[in-house]
Amino acid sequence: MIATARRVLWQIRRDRRTVALLVGVPVGLLVLLRYVFASQPSTFKHVAPPMCGLFPFTLMFLVTSIAMLRERTSGTLERLMSLPLSKPALLGGYALAFGVLAALQAVVVCTVGFTLLGLDAAHGAWLVGVLAIGNALLGMSLGLFASAFARTEFQAVQFMPAIVFPQLLLCGLFAPRGAMSGPLQAVARAFPLTYAFDALSRATHPGRLGGSFVLDTAVVVGATLVALGLGAATLRRRTP
Amino acid sequence: MGRRVQARRPTLSAVTTIQIEHLRVVRGGRVVIPDLSLEVAAGRVTGLLGPSGCGKSTLMRSIVGVQVVAGGTVTILGRAAGDPTLRRDVGYVTQAPSVYADLTVTENLRYFASVTGAPPSRIGEVIAQVALQDAAGQVVDSLSGGQRTRVSLATALVHRPHVLVLDEPTIGLDPILRVELWQAFRELAANGVTLLVSSHSMDEAAECDDLLLMRKGAILAATTPAGLRASTGENDLGRAFLAVVRGSEA
Repeated sequence: MIATARRVLWQIRRDRRTVALLVGVPVGLLVLLRYVFASQPSTFKHVAPPMCGLFPFTLMFLVTSIAMLRERTSGTLERLMSLPLSKPALLGGYALAFGVLAALQAVVVCTVGFTLLGLDAAHGAWLVGVLAIGNALLGMSLGLFASAFARTEFQAVQFMPAIVFPQLLLCGLFAPRGAMSGPLQAVARAFPLTYAFDALSRATHPGRLGGSFVLDTAVVVGATLVALGLGAATLRRRTP
Repeated sequence: MGRRVQARRPTLSAVTTIQIEHLRVVRGGRVVIPDLSLEVAAGRVTGLLGPSGCGKSTLMRSIVGVQVVAGGTVTILGRAAGDPTLRRDVGYVTQAPSVYADLTVTENLRYFASVTGAPPSRIGEVIAQVALQDAAGQVVDSLSGGQRTRVSLATALVHRPHVLVLDEPTIGLDPILRVELWQAFRELAANGVTLLVSSHSMDEAAECDDLLLMRKGAILAATTPAGLRASTGENDLGRAFLAVVRGSEA
């Protein structure tokens, strides 16, 4: 598992531009958001903190689904499946490597957001950072699973709007879920990102965290493990 | 060289490393291998020769246990293909070099060594074995096609497998490198490694101890270079192969 994590990180380290994009894009978007809401600073302060925790989710989904697809199409996955490497060790290696990247991303975006841009989180910026890493791992595990259904990079990229956007639209970030119709609320409750958003908004707003915060994070962790399990099931030693 | 008497009794080899009985493989609704049986002898270089698309890669994938098969048995070292314990004993090189293009030669080998549990000292050894010392620190992406093929081969050698399945390992290599690689294969066989090497070029048949001639998913002949020459009366192995094909169609 460590060997795979080290290998994945080495691969990414060599690709400086990807590292720069992973760290720079969320910060750039946050700054952009700040100026979009220049005349409504209170809206920015309300929307931006949860966003700090949601960027890593979307980016990691995309990066992971492409990385795994490359492993499948380059023949290296077939090679690995003929070697004494267990599937959990392979997926765990990916999770570890991308977890490290997500941590880097979360630290940078939270530092910029909570110091330079003057955001507040009622329960501490560090909690937002930790939730961001958790959300990144959720995005990663969904990306791993989704990559099994893509034959080409074109298809893999399309999974981002197909799987990530509906979750972002319904999670409550753009409109409060209470204002949505009953069926939409039911759909939102089925998406893991909804719970990730709820945990983030509880962490950034005053009030006791309580049992519902624990439940939200438990759902996110559970969904991550289920997606990793499903991802492992799509890795076949024998292929047709 | 071609006059050695042992060449005439290929099926009587002492030990069989790979045994296939009535293998049937269907890919995408097409029967690629209808009913194939063969044996590969231990410690020898066996050439799997046949035109592109005849099913060589599918057969090799079945042997290393990554191919879904429709029927028959494939046994390697007495165990069923795909058995988890075989993963340490079998080395497999796919037709396209399957290594990480964004890592250096050494980094690739370090990864495959740790996955297979090979000691780090093997990394330098296999790099020397495929004559890539000068390129060890280079990113695979920046290497030539022939060098990449050799990196791919090195990653399969790192855990000292008893059986090596090489899918067209010399394709696109210059003649000098080909000779060197065949020399390396001979050395491995001399050390007891069983090699199954596919090629679509009959020039390479002469380098093998045993030959399996394949066409349309079937083995036309299991012979030796000398045996093939003797049975067809052709000195040129390419012509001899054609003679076997004609014989099978007649």
